[in-house]
Amino acid sequence: MTTLISQLINLFAAVILMLSFAMLAQRRILSLIHLFALQGLAVVGATTVVAYVTDQHHLYYSAALTLALKVFLIPWLLHRLIDRLNVRWDIETLINIPSTMLIGIVLVVFAFNLALPISQLSAAITRGTLGIALASVLLSFMMMIIRSKAVPQVIGFLAMENGLFFAATSATHGMPMVVELGIALDVLVGVFILGVFMFQIREQFDSLDIRHLENLKED
Amino acid sequence: MILGGLSIDWALFVIAVWLVLGLLGLAALRRFELVARVLFPLGALAGLVLAFAAVQGLLSTPEVAVLPIGLPQLPFHLRLDPLAAFFLFVIGAAGCGISLFAAGYFRKGEGTPPGLLCFEYHLFLASMALVVLADDAYAFMVAWESMALSSYFLVTTNHKVPEIRAAGFLYLLIAHVGAIAILLCFGVLQANTGDYTFANMRIQQLSPFWASAAFLLAVFGFGAKAGVLPLHVWLPEAHPAAPSPVSALMSGVMLKTAIYGLLRVGFDLLHLQLWWWGVLLLALGLATALFGVVFATVQSDMKRLLAYSSIENIGLLLAAIGLALVFRAYGMTALAALALTACLYHVASHAFFKSLLFLTTGSVLHATGERNLGHLGGLMRFMPWVAWLALIGVFASSGLPPFSGFVSEWLLLQSFLFTPGLPDSFLNMLIPLAAAAVALTAALAGYAMVKFFGVIFLGQPREEKLRQAHDAGMQEKAGMLWLAAWCVALGLLPNLMIRFIDPVTEKLVGQGLAQQAAANGWWLLTPTSIERASYGPLFFLLGVAAACAIAFVLVRLFYHGRLRRAAPWGCGYPWLTPRMQDTAEGYGQPIRQIFEPFFRLERQLPAPADRQPFYQVMVSDRFWHGVYLPIARAVEFLAALVGRLQQGRIATYLLYSFLTLLFMLLMVPGVKK
Repeated sequence: MTTLISQLINLFAAVILMLSFAMLAQRRILSLIHLFALQGLAVVGATTVVAYVTDQHHLYYSAALTLALKVFLIPWLLHRLIDRLNVRWDIETLINIPSTMLIGIVLVVFAFNLALPISQLSAAITRGTLGIALASVLLSFMMMIIRSKAVPQVIGFLAMENGLFFAATSATHGMPMVVELGIALDVLVGVFILGVFMFQIREQFDSLDIRHLENLKED
Repeated sequence: MILGGLSIDWALFVIAVWLVLGLLGLAALRRFELVARVLFPLGALAGLVLAFAAVQGLLSTPEVAVLPIGLPQLPFHLRLDPLAAFFLFVIGAAGCGISLFAAGYFRKGEGTPPGLLCFEYHLFLASMALVVLADDAYAFMVAWESMALSSYFLVTTNHKVPEIRAAGFLYLLIAHVGAIAILLCFGVLQANTGDYTFANMRIQQLSPFWASAAFLLAVFGFGAKAGVLPLHVWLPEAHPAAPSPVSALMSGVMLKTAIYGLLRVGFDLLHLQLWWWGVLLLALGLATALFGVVFATVQSDMKRLLAYSSIENIGLLLAAIGLALVFRAYGMTALAALALTACLYHVASHAFFKSLLFLTTGSVLHATGERNLGHLGGLMRFMPWVAWLALIGVFASSGLPPFSGFVSEWLLLQSFLFTPGLPDSFLNMLIPLAAAAVALTAALAGYAMVKFFGVIFLGQPREEKLRQAHDAGMQEKAGMLWLAAWCVALGLLPNLMIRFIDPVTEKLVGQGLAQQAAANGWWLLTPTSIERASYGPLFFLLGVAAACAIAFVLVRLFYHGRLRRAAPWGCGYPWLTPRMQDTAEGYGQPIRQIFEPFFRLERQLPAPADRQPFYQVMVSDRFWHGVYLPIARAVEFLAALVGRLQQGRIATYLLYSFLTLLFMLLMVPGVKK
């Protein structure tokens, strides 16, 4: 039973990592949102399993919260946003996709190496997944860096939060409920603010390309 | 006892009065009559009370007070000892005259509202008094900074002029660099005890290395405020930019707070004195003095000329302090007392005559609207009061007997004459050179002052509009008369003044001068012994008066009323026009030639075929091009390097945080194993 469950958790973790890579490689914004929702779903699955194993009820709540927020509400908000902004494409990345994937692999190796001593100390059932969580944080961060449009950057930011949440679950069986509620609310508010911000950028430059912001620099 | 009660209470009362007057000025922002006719004269009265309180404090034992203001657990410690009292006296007495003048000086409708000026002015006065009274580093720095800030706003009164804004910025910048050094100096002085009261600093026994560090920081910090050589560039820009009463206050009084700080740290807070500190100060002081006076002689703006002359006087003060340090380090307290007395005497004397001279330039400026010497001239006939009062200031400034400047410079030279008694042969050889430099400075100061007075007041008016110049008003005259009276009194009654300086020197170097000085009667000043040197100012006064009277009578008898014949061949000019007079530039030209290495001259010569030839010489400061501009360029270069980080691209900024994150993760000790 335990091996099955740990295999299950590892499976979810692997899915999360795969989805992170998929998001890194994805050029279309619509698909990106779908991938993000899927990643959210995987995190929910992993959290539920951990909650079942460790018998911690508050993890069920946070899984439910994540489900509502990251699988339904935020993707729906993002859908509306790109409809109203009329952007469905994001073809430009600053670095081409294959090199991005290579850098991504290096980051994953780095994250695993970093997590190794920590997971050796831990006796938790989820100990193998810390490296994956860290890797998905780094990969999302890199996605924020290489995308030049505003919407994918926001998605990168949200995916990074997914990774953090997963790290918290896998390393310490979740953060205290208050902290999780706070973070969830922050993410929601962040999405709203960034949405407003994107409208402003488009009004100012007639485009969502954030490279236009360079013009604001004083010379 | 003149006032009764504790002197420090009176001093605090005066500070409170000044602050209240300032706030009233803010309340009556644009009510010109109220500000000029009531608030400023009241401020002058408060200054007078402060002077009396200071004299009373000078003669009594030190008094302390603790004001529970500021941060919790960190009250203001105040202390009125003889050193503080002497400088309070200077602030009060000079401030009284300047405030009286200011009451008549500020005019309606001159940009800044009068109430605001009144606020800044009185805040400035109050903070200067508080600097002197402060007995812990916290109170000192608070007062020091409010002094710098209030004077900055006074300097930039005419902030619509770009040059004045630039001058104000330069002043603020150097003042703050200096303030940091002073703060560090206090940090060294408290010797890791965490107690920043001066009482604690006095009992600390620093090693010679740390004591030297503290002293050098103090020289840098207070030197920045005083305008010592490499840090002087703000002074000739900022002092002329301010309205004249403020220039007077800054030059005459504020510079003295820096001297006060140096004396406080060097003689009071530090428990030991090393001889090379004195030599350093002596060299710095003499370089500053010579530099200042040489630049003063070539200026063609009257206020800049006076500002450079202030640099010169600060240099002399510094040299006197240096000499006192040398004597003190070798344990020759009597001579240290002599040099210190010369310094303090000059502090008072310079405060009065330089304030007076700046005030006269204010009157001239109001009457004519000109500050360029090239457009002035012949004002003695139209403004006799101002001219005669300026003459007194000029005499005092050039160190002529029987005025105040002579006494201090004479005492200084006397103390130089005793350096052969020093046990160090190296110093014995060098210090006579220093004495020669002092003499040269004094002579050149006279030259500069002749230029100042002669070009403004004598000869014929260089412009037609000068004939409409009017004399100063009642309050202005009263203020200048008060200062001029002090110039004369300090010159005529040196022994009386030295009696009041004595408590200070007794406290700082352990010996006084008054008994010896007045040993042969109150009318004869004998600083060492009657055989070596003596000075009876009254005899000089009589002698000068007699010589003048005889000359006057002889001229009346033999020359006046005779038939005058014109020269047969007048170079084609039958009469003298104002353009034939010696100009300010022409008068300074020999100095410009002789001291050419001091200046950075930029000449513009006309082409040989030029129909309208135009000749121009720009005299500027070598330090500006040699020290300040390279520093500014280095700062700009470094800032541009930092600016490269700021690409303006979000991706780049994100990359910075990403790399930082990776770096921090690498630093996690578990990874290294």
